[in-house]
Amino acid sequence: MKVLHRKLLRELMRLKGQMLAVAAVVACGISVFVSMSSVKYSLEASRQRYYNRFRFADVFVQVKRAPEFYREAVSRIPGVASVSTRITADVTLDVPGLDEPASARLVSIPDYRTPVLNDLFLKKGRYIEPGKPEEVIASKPFLEANHLAPGDRISAVINGRKRELLIVGMGLSPEYIYEVQPGSFFPDKRRFGVFWMGRRSLGSALDMSGAFNDLSLTLAHGASEKDVIMRLDNLFKRYGSLGAYGRSEHLSDRFIVDEIKQVGIQITFLPVVFLAVAVFLLNIVLRRIVATQRDQIAVLKAIGYSNEDVGLHYLGFAMIPTAFGAVVGTLLGAWLGRGLMNIYAEFYNFAELVYYFRFEDVALSVLLSFAAAIVGALGAVRSAVQLPPAEAMRPDSPVLYKPGIFDRESLRKKIPVSVRIIVRNLERRPWKAALSVLMISLSVAILIAGRYTYDSLDRMVQVEFNEKHREDVTVIFNNPMPPSVRFNIASLDGVVEHEYYREEPVKMSFGHRVRRQSIKGMESAEGLQRLVDKSNRRLSLPPEGVLLTSTLATLLGVKPGDKLQIDFLQGRQRHAELFVSGTIDEILGLSAYMNLAALNRLAGDGGALNAAYLRLDPAKSEKLYTTFKRMPGVSGIMMLKAMKQSFDELIARSMNTSTLILTSFACVLAFAVVYNGARISLSERARELTSLRVLGMTKGEISFILLGEQALLTMAAIPVGFLIGIGLSALLAHALSSELYRLPLVFSAFNFLFAFLVIVLVSVVSAFLVRRRLTGLDLVEVLKTRE
Amino acid sequence: MNSNNSTQPDNPSDRGQHVEVLTITDLSKFYTMGEVRVDALKHISLEFHAGELAVLLGASGSGKSTLLNIIGGLDVPSSGKLFFHGREITAATEAELTAYRRRSIGFVFQFYNLISSLSALENVQLVTEIAVNPMDAVEALRLVGLGDRLNHFPAQLSGGEQQRVAIARAVAKRPELLLCDEPTGALDFQTGKLVLDVIEKVNRELGTTTLVITHNASIAGMADRVVRLRSGELSEDRRNLTRMSPSELVW
Repeated sequence: MKVLHRKLLRELMRLKGQMLAVAAVVACGISVFVSMSSVKYSLEASRQRYYNRFRFADVFVQVKRAPEFYREAVSRIPGVASVSTRITADVTLDVPGLDEPASARLVSIPDYRTPVLNDLFLKKGRYIEPGKPEEVIASKPFLEANHLAPGDRISAVINGRKRELLIVGMGLSPEYIYEVQPGSFFPDKRRFGVFWMGRRSLGSALDMSGAFNDLSLTLAHGASEKDVIMRLDNLFKRYGSLGAYGRSEHLSDRFIVDEIKQVGIQITFLPVVFLAVAVFLLNIVLRRIVATQRDQIAVLKAIGYSNEDVGLHYLGFAMIPTAFGAVVGTLLGAWLGRGLMNIYAEFYNFAELVYYFRFEDVALSVLLSFAAAIVGALGAVRSAVQLPPAEAMRPDSPVLYKPGIFDRESLRKKIPVSVRIIVRNLERRPWKAALSVLMISLSVAILIAGRYTYDSLDRMVQVEFNEKHREDVTVIFNNPMPPSVRFNIASLDGVVEHEYYREEPVKMSFGHRVRRQSIKGMESAEGLQRLVDKSNRRLSLPPEGVLLTSTLATLLGVKPGDKLQIDFLQGRQRHAELFVSGTIDEILGLSAYMNLAALNRLAGDGGALNAAYLRLDPAKSEKLYTTFKRMPGVSGIMMLKAMKQSFDELIARSMNTSTLILTSFACVLAFAVVYNGARISLSERARELTSLRVLGMTKGEISFILLGEQALLTMAAIPVGFLIGIGLSALLAHALSSELYRLPLVFSAFNFLFAFLVIVLVSVVSAFLVRRRLTGLDLVEVLKTRE
Repeated sequence: MNSNNSTQPDNPSDRGQHVEVLTITDLSKFYTMGEVRVDALKHISLEFHAGELAVLLGASGSGKSTLLNIIGGLDVPSSGKLFFHGREITAATEAELTAYRRRSIGFVFQFYNLISSLSALENVQLVTEIAVNPMDAVEALRLVGLGDRLNHFPAQLSGGEQQRVAIARAVAKRPELLLCDEPTGALDFQTGKLVLDVIEKVNRELGTTTLVITHNASIAGMADRVVRLRSGELSEDRRNLTRMSPSELVW
């Protein structure tokens, strides 16, 4: 069979343009599959390893202050495997080299190193020494972002007193794989860090000796998380518990789990599109090869080659480019996967983020691509096998054309012959035309969907950082403050505008559905903070009742007008009824908004404030920053601009990378489909078109006939692609949305323009390549060859 | 129909003609093209003997190609039987037909049907690789006078050369039966004679039973036996007393 192999290779080389296009499409699909599968597995495995090694807890609860002996009580709850108690506090920091104030979460660790839950991974430096209360271990992202290292000092305001802290180590914890300031969604590594401090020194600084305010536990195998949470809530109710919760409500874990889920969606969706296109391309290319080699098939059979030999030979035309594509795709996938993991390493702080490139993924991808090759080749191979040798010796019978819509007498005169040829050719094989349109439109759709996430994030930034918030800083108080705190803030020199909100943790129930949720009491929705939905529409704050994020309303199963049962978790722990006044379709998180006065009435206290939004006089902001750094009673400061900047930096890089990858892949797809379509057309009609040349048509005229058809298909595909792209984006938005965020469905005009331009450019390039072949045809040679 | 079926062993070029290679009994073939029934072959009975060089004459549409295709196992008859060395080919399975073609039949086509992506040598190797006891591919090409054209591709060869490659390809497997379908149909007079020379040489030197189809009656002179078809029926079956050398033919 060696000679047949040589035939195969030589003919593949002759068709290299088309075959490379097929291989490129396969390579794109496989590389997405391989990279995403390996990334998904690597994330899952890294997460699991990290959690196991450093004993990430299963259930968490924060309380106001509970006596240490409750640890024993908790460990006796059936189903609890191990328990750790801690002291945590949020404080403001004065970071050397940073004008603006930063915030930190202080977490206590045992004075002598012993294994605990949510244990520390010491990346650099050493563990704290007992009897040295100033020693802390700081989180790696914060230290690196601020160019700090063990040995450096930093000052913090703890419980109203300024303390000098000595950084002795650089650490990471499974609790903060996604490290964000409480109340924030996006990491700002420079301005937020986690600090681990000795239990004794933190306890005495916060007057929490012999007590704890944070407890976590692991569950025994088969234990019910729900039961344990219920018992914990009962146990800690009178200690100001905010309600126990499992890993699914743990912000850091939630982000990673969602990320893994999203990667999983991409594994299924993109490769499917690419492999579907590969199947289509192989189908049309192979059918054409078999059609042009009818006589060769006959000869092979006449000589004595069996049907299997012939079938396998033609299957080779599909398998070799596919195999080539699979190899390139696997290598590209391995490389892309590594690159993606590097990007993930910037978002997520794993002790070790190991990139696992698995044989299984490669094997599966090879299997998938070969399955695609076989499916694509099946029709053509079958016809090669079934072709009776005697039949094949005779030329193919001429195809049947019927009069079509343009052949009505009235129209016929007005339409030039060339256009009639184009239209008739399309009419003759409407399914093939429709399929070509569909395939081109798929690449348009991928372009649209690829840039959609870009537009969507743009909208997110616009809504979250521009429309919703007009403040410069948010000052978060340690403890609820009385309404009189406004006078203190207002008296600060440089505060131009100030506005306050109350954040009240509650248990919301409707029927059997219960959620831990905090209600945000706002003074107005017209000032520094506004209510803006994901379509960028402003909503007003209802004077009574609660306004819920649509997703939260869905989770609770409520609609406007329904009455929620509210249990306040702090203060007087009142029970109240609250009607839902409306819903707001928001991008980030789950929120419940109320008028501040109404919330105060509902809570039944004199009113309390948890944070202030401030707009500052730019000339005086620096001085104010210094004030904030020393201000007691402040647990955190959030800077809107800095957050936006860090979001832009972080997101922009990963977005640009993924948009670039998707765009290039969509271009490959578009080119492969358009170019192959034109090449097949050329091969089918070279004789006919050359005959027209002999009859006196110009090169331009015959190019028009051939390329006009392709142009018509492409033009038809663009609007279809827009629609599919919108549908695909909606599907993506739906699939990717979670409790954490919902991508708004927005499309900029530029998105459509970009897709349009890419397709036009790709079409022009492939038209140019095909036209060169067309005009280079030797008139005599083409007419001599037997079709 | 086969009125003239005498086998007289008096021809000096006849070798072992008493061995029947091919026996055709009451063979018919019809096609339906659209709604029209076309009777390509009607009740043909014939036999061919070992080493015979037979010319099948007939006008276009007389059924001669159909007969050749059935003999070669490329096509199946609508009725009747075909025996090769007493084995019924018409009852063979697809796999058996493939084996029959692979071992016993050599084909030469009007349009040469070389694989354009393979060189002359490779076109011959296509056969020698799968045949049971083939001759060397180079030797086969030397036999047809193309020993110096081994690595030329079909596009680099003249029509006559291409047809000779096709003959080399057909004989390289040492077939028992060489079937040539209008081998000179696409060639000019001089080149055609050269090709017939090669066919004659193969028949003479290798003793291959050879059937040449042609509409050109002048070629009949080179044959041991001339069979004529008209509208699917056998109209003549005669034996030449002497075989002419192809170079003596005139048309």
